[in-house]
Amino acid sequence: MQKIQNNKAWFVVLPVLVLVAFSAVIPLMTVVNYAFNDTFGNNEFFWAGLEWFDEMIHSDRLHGALGRQALFSAIILAIEIPLGIFVALNMPKRGFWASVVLVLMALPLLIPFNVVGTIWQIFARMDIGLLGHTLAALGIDYNYTNDPIDAWATVVVMDVWHWTSLVALLCYAGLQSIPEAYYQAARIDQASRWAAFRYIELPKMKGVLLIAVLLRFMDSFMIYTEPFVVTGGGPGNSTTFLSIDLVKMAVGQFDLGPAAAFSLMYFLVILLVSWVFYTVMTAEDEEGQP
Amino acid sequence: MNTRTLVMVLYLLFLLIPIYWLLNMSLKTNAEITGSFTLFPHDLTLRNYRVILTDPSWYMGYVNSIIYVVMNTVISIAVALPAAYAFSRYSFMGDKHLFFWLLTNRMSPPAVFALPFFQLYSSVGLFDTHIAVALAHCLFNVPLAVWILEGFMRGVPKEIDETAYIDGYSFPRFFIRIFMPLIASGIGVAAFFCFMFSWVELLLSRTLTSVNAKPIAATMTRTVSASGMDWGVLAAAGVLTIVPGALVIWFVRNYIAKGFALGRV
Amino acid sequence: MARITLENLAHSYSPHPKGDQDFALKRLNHVWQDGGAYALLGASGCGKTTLLNIISGLLRPSQGRILFGERDVTDAPTTERNIAQVFQFPVVYDTMTVRENLAFPLRNRGKEPAYIAERVDRIARMIGMEEMLTRRARGLTADAKQKISLGRGMVREDVNAILFDEPLTVIDPQMKWELRTQLRQLHREFGHTMIYVTHDQTEALTFAQQVVVMHEGRVVQMGTPAELFETPAHSFVGYFIGSPGMNFIDARIDGDRAILPGGQVVELGARYAANGRTQIGIRPEYAHLSETGLPVTIRRIEDVGRHRIVRAELAGAAFNITMPEDAPMPADPHVHLMPGKLGIYADDWRVAPEAGGNA
Repeated sequence: MQKIQNNKAWFVVLPVLVLVAFSAVIPLMTVVNYAFNDTFGNNEFFWAGLEWFDEMIHSDRLHGALGRQALFSAIILAIEIPLGIFVALNMPKRGFWASVVLVLMALPLLIPFNVVGTIWQIFARMDIGLLGHTLAALGIDYNYTNDPIDAWATVVVMDVWHWTSLVALLCYAGLQSIPEAYYQAARIDQASRWAAFRYIELPKMKGVLLIAVLLRFMDSFMIYTEPFVVTGGGPGNSTTFLSIDLVKMAVGQFDLGPAAAFSLMYFLVILLVSWVFYTVMTAEDEEGQP
Repeated sequence: MNTRTLVMVLYLLFLLIPIYWLLNMSLKTNAEITGSFTLFPHDLTLRNYRVILTDPSWYMGYVNSIIYVVMNTVISIAVALPAAYAFSRYSFMGDKHLFFWLLTNRMSPPAVFALPFFQLYSSVGLFDTHIAVALAHCLFNVPLAVWILEGFMRGVPKEIDETAYIDGYSFPRFFIRIFMPLIASGIGVAAFFCFMFSWVELLLSRTLTSVNAKPIAATMTRTVSASGMDWGVLAAAGVLTIVPGALVIWFVRNYIAKGFALGRV
Repeated sequence: MARITLENLAHSYSPHPKGDQDFALKRLNHVWQDGGAYALLGASGCGKTTLLNIISGLLRPSQGRILFGERDVTDAPTTERNIAQVFQFPVVYDTMTVRENLAFPLRNRGKEPAYIAERVDRIARMIGMEEMLTRRARGLTADAKQKISLGRGMVREDVNAILFDEPLTVIDPQMKWELRTQLRQLHREFGHTMIYVTHDQTEALTFAQQVVVMHEGRVVQMGTPAELFETPAHSFVGYFIGSPGMNFIDARIDGDRAILPGGQVVELGARYAANGRTQIGIRPEYAHLSETGLPVTIRRIEDVGRHRIVRAELAGAAFNITMPEDAPMPADPHVHLMPGKLGIYADDWRVAPEAGGNA
């Protein structure tokens, strides 16, 4: 759509600007302040320069958390995206059952993050949880509080449980926008199921799929509450992801300087990804709908 | 049963069994939970729910959560509507940068903001109030609402605005009487997502509250550890946190797909 | 290739149709001859697309049978029927090139690469897209995309029929004419049975040898364009074909005379037995303004270029007359109806004259 050039539009945007500035810019300035200064309380600050950044960049602790974080995001993307597509392809298209399925699938998305954690903490327990108990009964040595592999598996399965529906619903919405004529044409052209997926459904899902990947990447990169409730970052540090580490550092140990430097770098990574996201998205928008 | 149905049944079972287990536990006595392993409550009890619904320190958690979630939804939509209109209709200096900057807030880790928020709201005397949480959640919900609404508004032809102005409508009257009804489903979708993200968020809401505005999700963690693992009550509280979300989904189910179709979540 | 026979066919979208009104397609029997070029003409919602989808197998009819040649295909899926269909909006595979798009139906059927290449080149030439074969389909204009759709429909030689569902809706007027001409040419060259659904009478009349007119789920007439024009079997055909459509005036039929509401008498030249609501119908082209005949009141005159249309009133009903550009306007307007061009309609259906007469 051709937009009208009008700088007065700024006035209409002003409330949003003020509000978001209040809840984003001011706190961010505080973070910046901590990142470049040292403090011993009493609001007295000493210039620390890049010291904290230097410390954090060379910290094994951060490297560990970053590595685990990257691995976690990679694993859940590799599972949730294909699974989400697969589920979306099998969802009923219309009618009463479509509504029921839609609502049931959206259910995990609307459960508070710590309750998701609680559900899985209980579900996976060996003594009172269905999953843990069943695995134990099958003779599988499973204990997510002691064994890092089991802890990882639990956290990954929990995330798949929690978020696959989001991917599926996005893909489903993409599929719904394909006119019936395309499927009819595919039948007439005698296209195989795979060809119909490859040449009709996948191209039409490209847009939403891109969003799904980036959303899941970013949200998993920021994950905090769910693994914290289930494993508390343990055993050891094996499920301590970036946010968990950051909160530990800032709130637990009150290491404000390093935590702030950590925050800023964390934020910059996210910013970079957001920028890629935004560029690709707007390019997609401008390409126009067929 | 064809494969389609089979896939859906298996997937829904995967989603629902953990929730069923929570529900199952919430209807059992603690003796049954820890004493024996049962797939459904043999000794059906509503005690756990009674505990929550009669104890203010429990049920006020729900009230608090609902208060700040509703406040946040109203604020987010109210400020996002005019802004989204501006973004969808006008080009102005720095509009693209502003839009991008808004979106980065949707993508910023709450953990980064937890501590500064705590200090900011403490210093202005808003700590432990509903409005503090509502404002903090605006960090990610306002950009989200702008993003969703802008998508819907873009679908309304500009000729409608022009016709209304020619017919002598003032801007506010046009906006409320003509424009808002046209994007009603967009407002519904945006409100749904604001509700959802505010409802599920815990890190900020827990950091910014202590007693008076404490959300249910936070109440759960504390009370349980203090009373030595009252599994039944914990499960019942969990079940009750799922109910508002489930109700909201049911009412907006026809709009969700539409909202997702825009891909702006 | 085969003859397509529709036997007692009817379709309802509701699972338990209660009466006639629940049927989107009312009971019909029809034969599409092998190699014919047919148009299926009717207003929106008259059941054209339903009928088309039943033929292509995308819909299963509630009642009746479809035969391709001697074979009953009522329950056969689309793929087994070996038909091609071109839709209202262009359906192209966005990620493929034009060449891949055209080759797709052949490739799915496992044809030889050499054969595919030869067919694709040939079709591309026919639809005038040989220059664009290596371009990606996405980003092409609607015209070009629809040409690809047409090409995909045409690329298989052995199809039983090619079905067109208002294929030129999204095409510019200039292109429409060009594509329609190409279609006729393709029909002459390959001899496929073609069924062309449209609501545009010009498209139907210029494309088809036989036009099937549908109205409210019923086939009201099938005939050559000339037959539809000269002897519409149903008042709907009269209205729908021609510009402006046929004039209908309520009249009492008394043997070989029609008596208009104002008492004027029209000689019919043959005897008719007509009951129910009776009307006489005449095309504007066969009514002439003159000094004698039935008195008319002139309301308005429209000049459409090659002739004028006189909007008049006869016996209280609207009545249109076409008039040559240079003809003088009579001082006291009357209308003269050409004998032999009058049609008698009872409850909307045309009545044949009793034996011995000529209408």
